[in-house]
Amino acid sequence: MTINTSIKITSEKLNLNECYNFVQDASCGGIALFVGTVRNATKNKEVILLDFSGYEPMAIKEMQKIADRALEKFDIHKISIHHAVGELKIGDIPVIIAVSSAHRKAAFEACEFAIDTLKETVPIWKKEHFEDGEVWVNSHP
Amino acid sequence: MEIQLLFFGIATDLVGKNTMLYKIEENSTIIELKKSLISNFSGLKNINEFAIAVNEEYADDDLIITHRDVVAIIPPVSGG
Repeated sequence: MTINTSIKITSEKLNLNECYNFVQDASCGGIALFVGTVRNATKNKEVILLDFSGYEPMAIKEMQKIADRALEKFDIHKISIHHAVGELKIGDIPVIIAVSSAHRKAAFEACEFAIDTLKETVPIWKKEHFEDGEVWVNSHP
Repeated sequence: MEIQLLFFGIATDLVGKNTMLYKIEENSTIIELKKSLISNFSGLKNINEFAIAVNEEYADDDLIITHRDVVAIIPPVSGG
């Protein structure tokens, strides 16, 4: 199913047009896009930047599994899942998911499924940097 | 036998390395490896809350590790 999926992890800036152009097709009536952006605060504390790192070969495999499962589970045409690694500033884009389908409901549902599953299974971590220190998100030593 | 360990996220900070060669008994399971790591690295006392991957696939506690497997310590992920 890889011709209908585009999976990428990069330290370059993510490209919304690339994701859009990959999924768009004459047979589709709509495209759903999820764009993750770096928020300026966590629990009212100002965030300076986020540093993303991943177990890249395994993360690519897990992202591919999500895309393949989305194609099986929902009536969609194509899906693109791209994730950035490295230091990202406020407003930068760590993740883009694009899904095309003949009818909009499947695209919305597959897009939500993909980002929810990515946040549970894909081995990528972010460290939040504040004025006075840094912390790994989701981890409590 | 010897395996390669990989540490990610907070596990890297807790151990002070991102990779090392590690000796365990033949036919050890994931749960036995976790016990061994807890006794050798006090920082990994919460490793039971972490996932483990063997050769880039998530592994259950009863999986038997084999010589030269690459075993990754996967703290709670936070991508997206």
